[in-house]
Order: sequence, then structure tokens, then C-alpha cells
Amino acid sequence: MTGPDTEQGSPATGPGGRQVDRQSVLVERDGTPSGAQDGGSLGAAARLVAELPPAPAVWCSGLRKRYRRRTAVDGVSFTVDRGEVVGLLGPNGAGKTSVIKILLGLVRPDAGEVLLLGLPAREPRSRARVGYLPELFRYQPWLTAAEVLALHVRLAGADVPQRERQDCLAAVGLADRAGDRVGGFSKGMQQRLGLAVALVARPELVVLDEPTSALDPLGRADVRDLLLSLKARGVAVLLNSHLIGEVERVCDRVVILDKGRVAAAGTLAELLGRRELRLRLDGVTEPARDRLAAAGPLAQEGNLYTVTLPSEPEPTTVPQLVADLVGLGVRVHAVEPGRVSLEERLLAILRTGGEGR
Amino acid sequence: MTVRTVLTVAALTLQEATRRRVLRSLAALTIVLLALSAWGFSRIDAEFGGLTSGEARLVAAMVLNLVMFGLSLIAALGTAFLAGPTLAGDMESGAALAILARPVHRFAVLVGKWLGLIAFGAGFVALAGLAQLLVVRVTVGYWPPQPVTGLALLAAQTVVLLTLGLLLSSVSSPMASGVVAVGLFGATWIAGVVGAFGTALDNDSVARVGTVSRMLLPTDGLWRGAMNAFQDPTVLRQFGPAMQGHPFLSDASLTVTYLAWAGLWVVLVLGLTGMVFRRRDL
Repeated sequence: MTGPDTEQGSPATGPGGRQVDRQSVLVERDGTPSGAQDGGSLGAAARLVAELPPAPAVWCSGLRKRYRRRTAVDGVSFTVDRGEVVGLLGPNGAGKTSVIKILLGLVRPDAGEVLLLGLPAREPRSRARVGYLPELFRYQPWLTAAEVLALHVRLAGADVPQRERQDCLAAVGLADRAGDRVGGFSKGMQQRLGLAVALVARPELVVLDEPTSALDPLGRADVRDLLLSLKARGVAVLLNSHLIGEVERVCDRVVILDKGRVAAAGTLAELLGRRELRLRLDGVTEPARDRLAAAGPLAQEGNLYTVTLPSEPEPTTVPQLVADLVGLGVRVHAVEPGRVSLEERLLAILRTGGEGR
Repeated sequence: MTVRTVLTVAALTLQEATRRRVLRSLAALTIVLLALSAWGFSRIDAEFGGLTSGEARLVAAMVLNLVMFGLSLIAALGTAFLAGPTLAGDMESGAALAILARPVHRFAVLVGKWLGLIAFGAGFVALAGLAQLLVVRVTVGYWPPQPVTGLALLAAQTVVLLTLGLLLSSVSSPMASGVVAVGLFGATWIAGVVGAFGTALDNDSVARVGTVSRMLLPTDGLWRGAMNAFQDPTVLRQFGPAMQGHPFLSDASLTVTYLAWAGLWVVLVLGLTGMVFRRRDL
């Protein structure tokens, strides 16, 4: 993945990257005497293919969608690697749900390409190992919870025994409601059922669109645990959520959308890596101010000075700065290190219209 | 894979039809109609004891067709209001999202829904129609000459209306598609009656109204074929010209060409629905 705050116009990984990998492996093998003797036997080729890294769970490039005059999605590209949990963030109307629907073939993009688990998304079988919880979740009210799961297992073409389906319902807290009609379920219970539906056919990629919108705090904690267990099992997750705390806790990477474009993307460390140093100072002279500015971008509010440090500052940076300030005659009242929260970062990115664009 | 999707969705649609209130309402309406017709037929027998056997057959055939029309109207209402919610309703409520995000072809889902609906609609018409024929047999001792053909044509009429309902529900809201489907069904029937008067009066342009409407929507053509199969052929010969243009008697059986057109019509409309549904953003 590219660095933080960069537009994701051309993902570093993806089908192109995969081909490069394959070529480099071939060159390496062809250079060895054994490879030459085998004369490129089928077995060697099969091994080579088997050794290839699996295609990303999601790869999309240049997605565009217009609804009449409104552009909902405008050149969105990003990747979700296998076993990675990626958060999709952005204000209302940023195009998050449209992007998700394009990925799953529910909306036809005007332009752009999508690969799901290595297969073009226009082929239905690309979704064989994909689980999805829609934002607008609703399941057949005349079926029981167990019947809804059985239906989705059949549609997915999977072979999931009754016991495993029951476990799936238990995982979302609906073990004792398996035989009840969905029509009698509360909104929160239907969302839990939706989670079970997304997870039941042994997915390798799970797409969750606002999975906790109807859940109480306990339910949200359950979803967080569920996401962490998916992560532990190596299932890739694309999570669209307004709950930034939720995203911050479980996601490896974040893609921030604004007005249909990728405003920023990167790992949490990349996005939040910048540290702050808040200093309460008296008697700041011009040379002292220069010294502060030399440490990083400086903001001042009364006698409170905030210096933004690089993501991984040297261990000596802060003590040296304080020593220099004292040496310049500054009176130091307080020095507080701080870290930018994802929420602050998101707001900053959205207010500035996306840095690095 | 595709066959499994079709069968799974067909089974789901049948399950929906049997578990929703539609079936109970249909069953209740049908029982009321059967009971009323049983009472009516027994009154015909009691009140008009002085009729000749030919007149009795004419009355029985006419009233049977009238009741069968009521039955086909119930089927039309029931199935049109079932076809509407099944596609448009699923798209509107979001139930289609989870289904269509599975590894399924949209056309397979559509064909599955269609199969489930026609199994339900045609099954209902065949069963209720058979019950009606039995009621007539028990009360007035009349048995139509071609009961199987008649019931099959009634079922085909339901299939046509269902297919239209599905097309409408892929482009409009659930309620609107049901209302429009039933409205078109009624309009075609009236156009058919107008056309029959035109034929009786030797007025070609009026007769053409019926012909054109029967081509555009084959429900009325199939209905007239069903009526013809239910009525005693000697009746028209006997009362011939006097009964021309009667809305509940039909003087000609269907041609193979017309049946083929009705079949093609269903395939074309289903294909068109498939195209609309495939391009639809959810």
C-alpha cells in the first residue's frame, strides 16, 4: 500500500503486481540448472502457481458512478489484502455504500474494474466466498432464522452442516431464536441475523456495511469481538462504519472517502503516526520560537505551543528540545506528549479536502 | 449452479406464497365463491325445472363460465399482488441485496421467482377450477366436454398475467405493478367483449379492438379458449346466432398459432424483464 494521505489512483498491489511477482519467480527458476533440465515440466509449473501469493481479497481501480447529475463515486481505487481488516470511513453521502454495492455487483459502475478474491466481479462465482451485511438489512419475514441461513448456504453453493449453522447463530447471540420467524425479530436481532448470514458460508472476504447501526452497546462489543475473531482466522474484512472508535480498534488500514473520491488511505500507524508535543511556555523569544519550529510544524494558542513531531521521533528529540529551550531562557511549565486520534485526523482530512490530492 | 439457484428461488417463492396471507385470502375467497356457486346452481335446478334439456345446458354452461371468470379474477388479483411484492418489494425493502450478493445470476433468480409463482398460480387455478366443475356436476349434473383443456387454458391465462406482473414489478413499485396488471387484465377482457360484439354485428373495426387486445395481452384470448372448452358444443349449434357476442360464451376454440403466440409472448416478456432486472441498480 502506498503511504499515508496519498490518492489511491494506482494501487501498488493487485493483478499487475501479481504478474510482476510471477515473472520474477519464473526468471529466478529458469536461471537454475534443475529448471532447465525439467524443461518447464507441469509439476514445476503447478508448484510455481501454488507458491504464488493469493490475489487480494478486493482489488478495484478507477470506479466511477453517476446517478443522473450527481457523481456518487469518482475514480475510487483501493485494495484489501487477504486477512486484512480495512475500514471505509467518510461523511454521509461520501459514496461508501455505493462503492460497496459496486464491489458486490449490486450496482453497475460507469467505469472501473473490480476483482474479488482474484476473479472479475462481473462473474457471479467471484462472490462464492464473500459474505455481506447490507446497510439496509432485511430478511424474509416468513422464514425462521435457521431457514434464512439454510437458504444462503444453498445460494452460496456451500456445504455447511446443520451444527455449524447453529454455531453461527450462537456466535451472534441468536442460538435460542433459531426456530422463530424473522418477522417477529427486533431491528437489532435482524442485524445480528444479517451478521450470521454474512458469516455462514465460510467466507474469505466479509463486507459489512454499518454492522452496528441497530445494536446496543453490548451488541457493538459483540461485533468487535466477532471482527477480531475473523481477523484471527485470516478472513479479510471491509468495514463501513461511522463509529470511528470501532474502526480504530479493529482495522489494519483505513480508506477515507469524501465526495466520491479517496481522500486518504493508509495503515493506522501511517495515518495517526504523527505525534504531538504540547508545551506550556513563558518568555519565548524569537530564537526559541525558531528552535520550536525546527522540531516540527508549530501552533500557538496563548502560552500553549503545539509541535507536530514526525511519526517515529528520535528518543533524544524531546529532551534535547526542552534542554535547548531552557538554554534559550524559556521557562518551561509543562511538556505533554500526545497522539492524534483517528477522529481528529479524519476531521482534519475532510476539512482540508484531502491532503496529498 | 444456475439450476440450483432457479430451484432454490422457486422453492422460496412457493414458500412465501404459502406462508403469507395471500394464500389464506385466496382460499377464503375461493371457498366463498364455491359455496355461493353451489347454492346458485342448486337454485337453477330447483327454480327452472321446466327448462328443456338444451336450455338447461345453455344456462349451466353460461353460469359455469361466469363463475369461472370470477375464479380467474381471484387468481388474477392474487397472483398479480403476489408478483408485485416479490420483485419490486424485495428491491424496495432491501431483501434482494443479501440474495443478489450471493454467487447467483440475476436471470436465474428471476426465472426461479417466475417458476415459483406460476406453480402457485397455475396450481391454484387448476385445483379451484376442478372443485368448481365438481360442484356443477353434483348440483346440476353438467360436465364440460374438455375439462383438462379448459383448466390448462385458465392456468395459462394466469401464467401470462403473472409474467406481466413480474415485468411491471421490475420497473415500478409493488402496489403499482399489481394495480396496473389487474387493470390491464380487466381492460383486455372488456376489449374482448367489445370485439365479440363487433364480430356479431359484422363490424370489422370494432371486432379488431378485440383481436388487437388479444394479441397485445393474451389473457382474454386464453380465457375465451377456456370458456369454449367448458361449454357444451351443442349449445351454440342449437342457439347459434342468438348467442353471438355473449361475454360468457365463446364460439371458437383456440388455434395452435394463437397458443404459440401466447407462449412466445411469455418468453419475450420474461426476457425483457430479465434485461431490465439485470441492468437495475439496487
